[in-house]
Amino acid sequence: MYSVHEESPAVLTTDVFFLYLLPPIVLDAGYFMPTRLFFENCGTVLWFSVVGTLWNSIGIGISLFGICQIEAFGIQDINLQENLLFGTIISTVDPVAVLAVFEEININEQLYIVVFGESLYNDAITVALYSLFKYISQMDQVDSIDIFLGTADFFVVGFGGIMFGLLFGFVAAFTTRFTANTRELEPVFVFMYSYLAYLLAELFSLSSIMAIVTCALTMKYYVEENVSQRSCTTIRHFLKMWSSVSETLIFFFLGVTTVTSKHEWNWAYIGFTLIFCIVWRGLGVLVLAQIINNFRTIPFTFKDQFSMAYGGLRGAICFSLAFLLPDTFPRRNLFTTAAVAVIIFTVFIQGITIRPLIDYLNVRRTNRKLMTINVEIHSRAMEHTIAGIEDLCGQWSHYYWKDKFKKINDRFLRKVLIKDNRPQSSIVSLYKKLELQNALVLLDSNGGISGAPSLTSLQEQKPTKRETFLPEEVWSMQELLSKNMYKIRERTLTYTRHSLPNETRTKEILLRRHSTIRKSMRKAGTWQTPAAAKYYSLPPTVQNLQPRLRLRKYSLTGDDDGDDDIASEINFPPARPRLQLRAKEPRRALQPPRNKLETVNEVRTDSRRTPMVDYENRGGSAMSENSKGRGTGTKRALTPMRQFGLFNEQGLKNKEKEDQMEMEEFRQEALLAAISEKDANIALLELSSSKKKKTQDEVTSLKREKDRLVQQLKQQTQNRMKLMADNYEDDHLKSHSDQTNHKPSPDQIIPPLLDLNQNRSKLKLYIGHLTALCQDRDPKILQGIAPPTSYHHDDRAAWEEELQKMSLEQLEAELEKCEKESAELQEYANTVLQQIADHCPDILEQVVNALEESS
Amino acid sequence: MGCNASTLAKIHNVDELILETGFSSSHICHLYNRFHSLDKDDKGLLNRGDFQNISELAVNPLGDRIINNFFPDRVDLIDFNSFARTLARFRPVENSPKKEPDSPEPINSRANKLKFAFQLYDQDKDGKISNNELLQVLRLMLGVQVTEEQLDNITDRTIQEADLDGDNAISFEEFKKSLEKVDVETVLSIRFL
Repeated sequence: MYSVHEESPAVLTTDVFFLYLLPPIVLDAGYFMPTRLFFENCGTVLWFSVVGTLWNSIGIGISLFGICQIEAFGIQDINLQENLLFGTIISTVDPVAVLAVFEEININEQLYIVVFGESLYNDAITVALYSLFKYISQMDQVDSIDIFLGTADFFVVGFGGIMFGLLFGFVAAFTTRFTANTRELEPVFVFMYSYLAYLLAELFSLSSIMAIVTCALTMKYYVEENVSQRSCTTIRHFLKMWSSVSETLIFFFLGVTTVTSKHEWNWAYIGFTLIFCIVWRGLGVLVLAQIINNFRTIPFTFKDQFSMAYGGLRGAICFSLAFLLPDTFPRRNLFTTAAVAVIIFTVFIQGITIRPLIDYLNVRRTNRKLMTINVEIHSRAMEHTIAGIEDLCGQWSHYYWKDKFKKINDRFLRKVLIKDNRPQSSIVSLYKKLELQNALVLLDSNGGISGAPSLTSLQEQKPTKRETFLPEEVWSMQELLSKNMYKIRERTLTYTRHSLPNETRTKEILLRRHSTIRKSMRKAGTWQTPAAAKYYSLPPTVQNLQPRLRLRKYSLTGDDDGDDDIASEINFPPARPRLQLRAKEPRRALQPPRNKLETVNEVRTDSRRTPMVDYENRGGSAMSENSKGRGTGTKRALTPMRQFGLFNEQGLKNKEKEDQMEMEEFRQEALLAAISEKDANIALLELSSSKKKKTQDEVTSLKREKDRLVQQLKQQTQNRMKLMADNYEDDHLKSHSDQTNHKPSPDQIIPPLLDLNQNRSKLKLYIGHLTALCQDRDPKILQGIAPPTSYHHDDRAAWEEELQKMSLEQLEAELEKCEKESAELQEYANTVLQQIADHCPDILEQVVNALEESS
Repeated sequence: MGCNASTLAKIHNVDELILETGFSSSHICHLYNRFHSLDKDDKGLLNRGDFQNISELAVNPLGDRIINNFFPDRVDLIDFNSFARTLARFRPVENSPKKEPDSPEPINSRANKLKFAFQLYDQDKDGKISNNELLQVLRLMLGVQVTEEQLDNITDRTIQEADLDGDNAISFEEFKKSLEKVDVETVLSIRFL
């Protein structure tokens, strides 16, 4: 091509750049911007990006114009407008390298976001300024009115772009509200609407960069809640990849241009450009920081300012703008050469040296060798504490507006833009899952499924005491500590140019926190709640009760949002000793059947709160607490008893059923927990990502175990359903025998009927949950199976009134009807469950949740 | 920005609180606003759940313990005054030691700051960091790459290093002593308090 067309092979045209290469880069930046941080530092960011860019452009432009006046350099033909244009081109910074360094050395968030925001917005501002100056520089005569108009235009263009961005951001968010059935298309909407905003803004000659950035910023929050987890991942990865490709392409062009195109090397011009770039940037940061410091709660220190000034690397945008100057432009080659020179100098020299320089400035922190292990650990703990407290206090600038926005957002925007039942973010759901894991411990003690070794339960035995440690050992320990201690407050959402925000660290911390809790529960060692002290006073025989009792309150957290431990100890209905009851069975069995039905529910609610019941060690104190809590139950037991004997046996059977149901429930929970733990372990192993065969084997075996667990879960869910069904039958049989043997009055039939009805509506509710789940996931699952007719009619209130009026025979008929309907519903639920298990076993977990909700 | 005399008037015993904590009135105001935004159902009190809702704190390895430290024994709700008092420990230490010799120790003194840190470890409140307690904290703070054995070794070593009286536990005095060279005043201070 080169030989035939006698043309440079690097064909970077304006169109290609502005239509295809630039949008992905800015879209990526806008989409991954840490929103909260950005808005908290909005003023500073705008100050540095707008004023800073203007300052640099004009400063560099004018001083270069000054240099051009010196005859010896032979560049007098470059006029002021051209110099200003070049100043604009060269003043856009691209702090990729700086951000990478900042991340490593754990610099404060404020600085980070300011540098990041600056780079983002000065792209936009530079492009706007560029077109302004390009326009001016091509005019022969420049009036002051032109400059004024140009400036006004600058703002109109900027705000117009923002408006377009907002509009399309909301439209995109609104659209994704309805994409539940076309999950594959979700990412497309995100990209298309952003691009549409970009093109339309361009069409109206508004700032297209502003438009696309604002669009991404606006839609992100809503879109990520609306779309499925998978689409979300697709969007993120695609955005990242796209922008990386664009950027790399631009750097390709840069390289090719450096080699192929005609260069015009002018020592003086290029040398001075470099010097001015550094000087003006330094001065600018210094002056602007002095001014903005007066308005900030956290001022920029000198170190911060230095990092910002020195981090002014030039990148892709700068090169493209220079390269895209029209061919007719006088001295175009000189400008391109100068830009390439500046980019290469800043990227290579400054980029390489910034790390050691910042380290040098931080010199006080680096003499680690002298620290003792104690100091090391405690300092890190203290840093964590401070980070925690800072988060706790929050950043309190801009509170007023933040609150205002939040109110509007909650009241209007969210309602319009977000789907009703949105899935939780992965971290939140992981947290929930971990809460569930406590059930696992329970299973361990019950001899149930315990085959889920956690990452940390590798060994339990007390470490063998060692008297002394060799210096090398100590040194390696320190090494270990410094390498492995968690960094302070991983900024999980921070933006990095070439990697996605990564939640693994967060997950790991959650996981570890959790496993510590579990461990301490097992060990019965000293655990962290102040409540622990409470139990030290217990007599030694009851002592081992302590860890189990404590267990209870952890399992509680799922229920009431982690409310206080102690409160829950006292306030919640204490555990009902399930098997303990066997001893007192005769008394309980004397209760009339109608009460039995109620106790089923009662036990079930109780048990959900207190999955762990200790039936061997429950000492006298616990018992008394117990009976107090069951005040209602005992009272009921005192009501006059009509039937003896007959119900003893049945009562026992019933009791066993209850126990069994509970057990099934726990098993289910525990299985879920085990599965999620397996998942987490697999994820962690995959992340630690050593390609070693051992790890891979481990992953495979974990996956196999997980599959096994999923199978078990399926089985378990079916078991439980069956148990539920049996219970209905039992209840019904009981009431049935009730009436045939003893000819009871209608009053005696009605309550069981009502209960049956209640159970029936619960079943309906459950089916409702199930079907909704299926609809959500894949409507095909439900194809070919239709709910029984009874599912659709529900007029409970009216029905109850009618019952009162009915005769005995009618009541009996009604009972039969109820029974039939229940059976039908049961059948249907089983079918649906089977369908789910066949088609998509992965939502079994949600099924269990549905079961929870409906019971 | 929503911070004025009327806000202050809502706070119980403001003057006393200012005197005790050393916060300026604008600080108090800011904290009060924060307190309210944490207080989801406007009950004027915070419980542990409110704290746990702070997402950043949820991923802090020591998050639970920090939260626990806000709640003295057997208390599950705290009001604004005790919230502010706890936070006051993290106020930077002023350079001018102009206080009279007989005045009580300021709330943000080195010892008080250290006490907070110490309580993070000492969960059973027996005034000592035992081997087990330290191990738990380490387990929270160290990545998964560290094996259990290494953890045990580190724990033993740490205790040995700091333990002066040979009871195989770290008392508060020993804790203070081991951190003697660290600029606790700076480390345990929040810049904007």
